[in-house]
Amino acid sequence: MSSRIVHIASNTFREAVRDHVLYNLIAFALLMSGAAILVGQISIGIERLVVVNLGLAAVSLFGVVIAIFIGIGLVSKEIEKRTLYTVLSRPVERWEFIVGKFLGLAGTLVVNTAFMAIGVFAALLYVSRAFDRADVWVLVALYLIVLQFLMITAIALLFSSFSSPLLSAVFAFSLFVVGSFAEDLRGFAAMVPGLSRWLAMGAAYLVPNFSSLNVITSVAHEQPITRQFILSGSLYALLYTGMALCGAVLIFERRNLK
Amino acid sequence: MKPSSRITLAASVLLVLLLVASAFALHHLDQMGSRVQLDEAFYVMSPKLAQRLSLGYDGLLADVYWTWAVQYFGARHVARATHYELLGPLLEIATTLDPHLTIAYQFGGNFLAPSPPDGAGMPRQAIRLTEYGIRNNPSDWRLYYNLGFIYYMELKDYAQAADAFGRGAQVPGAHPFLRVMAAQMAQHAGELQMAKMMWTIAYQSTQDRDIRENAASHLLALQVEEDITNLEKLVALYRERTGHRPSSFSELEASGMLRAVPLDPLGQPYKLTPEGQVVVQEPERFPFLGKGL
Repeated sequence: MSSRIVHIASNTFREAVRDHVLYNLIAFALLMSGAAILVGQISIGIERLVVVNLGLAAVSLFGVVIAIFIGIGLVSKEIEKRTLYTVLSRPVERWEFIVGKFLGLAGTLVVNTAFMAIGVFAALLYVSRAFDRADVWVLVALYLIVLQFLMITAIALLFSSFSSPLLSAVFAFSLFVVGSFAEDLRGFAAMVPGLSRWLAMGAAYLVPNFSSLNVITSVAHEQPITRQFILSGSLYALLYTGMALCGAVLIFERRNLK
Repeated sequence: MKPSSRITLAASVLLVLLLVASAFALHHLDQMGSRVQLDEAFYVMSPKLAQRLSLGYDGLLADVYWTWAVQYFGARHVARATHYELLGPLLEIATTLDPHLTIAYQFGGNFLAPSPPDGAGMPRQAIRLTEYGIRNNPSDWRLYYNLGFIYYMELKDYAQAADAFGRGAQVPGAHPFLRVMAAQMAQHAGELQMAKMMWTIAYQSTQDRDIRENAASHLLALQVEEDITNLEKLVALYRERTGHRPSSFSELEASGMLRAVPLDPLGQPYKLTPEGQVVVQEPERFPFLGKGL
């Protein structure tokens, strides 16, 4: 990997940390400790389920919000502050700038998720008193959540490469919601005839299918995830991320920055 | 004091005052009763709609609905309510969101089935919920056990209870008592022994503290009922032999029919009333007692 990409990525990571992105960990820690202590008192028999469901849902939602709200500003902020011109006046290709920005934010999200994972496992240890073999599936779910972050980060970057931050946020969040309904879109395609079927099916394959990478409820019930599923999910997420990044690079390469 | 310090102090005091005032205002608003009741809000939530709105976090939403169901039942139960209109919909939404939430079938059935004030008095709905649970979790023998329990305890339907226990007995890893219960149910065995067997299984087959405490309380109550039945038989026998009722257990002890004054499972002596009835001294310590009060 070019050292220029590494520099851009590490600067993006440092900037995110300076912007207090990791402060969300405090809210997460409060949420997890509150859930671990309180749920046993207000419900029956779901202490472990809530820690896994709530922990992984919070990891996912916090990450998606960070990916969208930091991702949409990655390009526009540099243009607004005019720092982009300084960077591009050096021997840095535009595609390297996009890829570096992506890797920087992805790294931030991975570090953030790692800290949150520690919180989830600490809460699990508190409610279960000991770790179980099935807890390894929680790690698999966390890995699949990180793959979703890569997809949403690339999508946010794609919109950021040609649109304003506000519109980029709206587009990226809408695509996240639509992507969560991708299975329903397929169901709809199966019900309608003719051209509508093909259009609906096309849309179902075009939007990011986040629901297919969501195994939170399964791992909460200690159901194993097959190696084949993990491999296929990884392949899908990496291909989709690559596709969105290519789109971002294509648009940014042709964008008039004057 | 510097101007900036004055502003800081004034803003801090104002913040606290406004916070307290807003809390009072909200309290006043609550008393006006203008807000939409949670009860009404639940009615518009269909299980499928809730599933769509969960955005993939259906497991978490199921936990939330299950907790609402527990809180709803608990609050009504404490208030000795006779109507539990929302219990069924809440359980349906929770189990549609997460069909593997087996605790909701196990406890939900026990919330729905018993007659008020112990439950909602909806045994048919409890059976539908448990059958739905079995369809989604066919390898969980506890659900068959719960189904047989409802048929036996609430509907006295021995054939259906035997069928449910029999189906459960075929599940790999099922408790061996299920086979015995299926057979005894088919013969309409003694109710007290059957009930003891059921609560013993409930106690042994879970690590959940609440379920174990509940089962232990039922077992204590059944032990008391069994003791009282036996003691009242002795009282009747004494009367038959002597022509009068004993005034205390000491008379039975003196006649050689008892070795000592009998104690309840918590160590308190049973009391004999002048009418010849045997009662416990502290009935509040046996929440499920149906006899000896």
